[in-house]
Amino acid sequence: MKVLSKAYNILIFAFLYAPIAVMIFFSFNSAKSFRRFEGFSLRWYTELFQDQVILKSLYISLAVAALSAVIATLIGTLASVGIHSMRGAKKRVYLAVNNIPVTNPDIVTAISMMVLFVFFVTRLNMMEMGFGTLLISHITFNIPYVVLSVMPKLRGLNDNIYEAAQDLGCPPAKSFLKVVVPQISQGIVTGFIMAFTLSLDDFVISYFNSGSTAQTLPVTIYSMTKRPYSPKINALSTLLFVAVMILLLVVNLRKSGENKKEAKH
Amino acid sequence: MNRKDSLFKRVITAPYTVWMAIFVVVPIALVVYYALTDADGHFSAANITAIVDYGRTFRISIELALVSTAICLVMAYPLAYAIARMKARRQGTMIMLVMLPMWMNFLIRTYAWIAILADKGLINSFFQLLNPDFPGFKMIGTRGAVVLGMVYNFLPYMILPIYTVLTKIEQSTIEAAQDLGANRAQVFRRVLLPMSVPGIISGVTMVFVPAVSTFVISKLLGAGKTYLIGDIIENFFLGNTGTVNYNIGASLSLVLMLMILISMAVMNHFDKDESAGGML
Repeated sequence: MKVLSKAYNILIFAFLYAPIAVMIFFSFNSAKSFRRFEGFSLRWYTELFQDQVILKSLYISLAVAALSAVIATLIGTLASVGIHSMRGAKKRVYLAVNNIPVTNPDIVTAISMMVLFVFFVTRLNMMEMGFGTLLISHITFNIPYVVLSVMPKLRGLNDNIYEAAQDLGCPPAKSFLKVVVPQISQGIVTGFIMAFTLSLDDFVISYFNSGSTAQTLPVTIYSMTKRPYSPKINALSTLLFVAVMILLLVVNLRKSGENKKEAKH
Repeated sequence: MNRKDSLFKRVITAPYTVWMAIFVVVPIALVVYYALTDADGHFSAANITAIVDYGRTFRISIELALVSTAICLVMAYPLAYAIARMKARRQGTMIMLVMLPMWMNFLIRTYAWIAILADKGLINSFFQLLNPDFPGFKMIGTRGAVVLGMVYNFLPYMILPIYTVLTKIEQSTIEAAQDLGANRAQVFRRVLLPMSVPGIISGVTMVFVPAVSTFVISKLLGAGKTYLIGDIIENFFLGNTGTVNYNIGASLSLVLMLMILISMAVMNHFDKDESAGGML
């Protein structure tokens, strides 16, 4: 039974990693083929770094992820405090609306915002599809995740300390910054990281809301998959895989370090 | 709460309220508006009745998503169980291994399968190496390839929540059942399965929702032959000028949204029933 279970686990992990291994292997192929490996070369990596379209979309992806994560974290964190102190129906309405972008399929969120933008663009001539609409759409789907990671921290908070600060003459804004924020900082950081990675990884919402001027990396990858096979995608995927692996390792090492620290206390 | 404080809280919530109203509530209202009007903006039920024409696509989408979800569940449960019973340190490593592919963009994960499944891809090359006359499997463009793409992409979403609930089941609970004479199958059916219902439900939701609404997996691995509801919606919004029709696209999206909302409500209800039953 033990052997069987082990074999099964290996099989599932092989299934999860085989395609990635294939991509990494063929990213070093000197030929433009995924049938035959004709020799080791870094040709596709060189071509990748000379591809201006890919580099520009990488830049847009990083910019929109950073900006949308910062703005969503600000709006979401402030709102969490307000929503936390609400009661009854008002609170339920806020939480329900907050859940709309989380539960809706991406494509529905994407087209609903696209319809809004097109409505403004065509009827009022207020804006064009581009970086602005892309950024707005990313902030919109990021905010709920920030709220969802900050709210649980607020629930575990002792409200009396915040009120005590005010009774002692500290104005609400200052007591919020000095008393509440330090205690929920972990939730804020989690929300920010989540927003950043969700934004970086998103394809569907960017695809419908970026127009032709502000394509993110996933949108560019999508248009590359429609053209004839190019090993440049393999090279790009390999680099992304290595980046993600390093990031996860660092985060995990930090976490286990923190756990050890907490265990000592 | 003093007056100054309640004013402060209203002020800091205001940006959120305005933002969510304009970019979440109004867009949904606009989708409903488009779904119920014609191209000139007059009220019309034509888009809603037109959905009947896409009944077959809805059926195929739901079928493929259900099949993928079921396969994910069957594949994920034993692995999640095995990980949950490992030593704490090893659990962390294994879960990281499950999550690692998830952090790759799903376009790349799907694209990788084209190299493996293509007519001149790895699998066919392998068989042709053994037998040069081998005609080759036709895999890209079949429904099987689409299901494979869904299972591959969404399997971690099933493993993680099931693993989480299984770690909360104490080993002693299982031992108690065994001491009371339950065999392996009974322990699974009467103890493990009922206790893992919340994890199964969130796993099923996290797999089914993206699977039923995808248009990328069907485009890449279905090669345009397997048309899903996501493909139709995409085509109505971003297709050629001749095919763009926001009104029908909006009504299809509305149906998709309602369908998912209703099935989630049903499942949550089921979840509550189960956990209440478990308490007795």
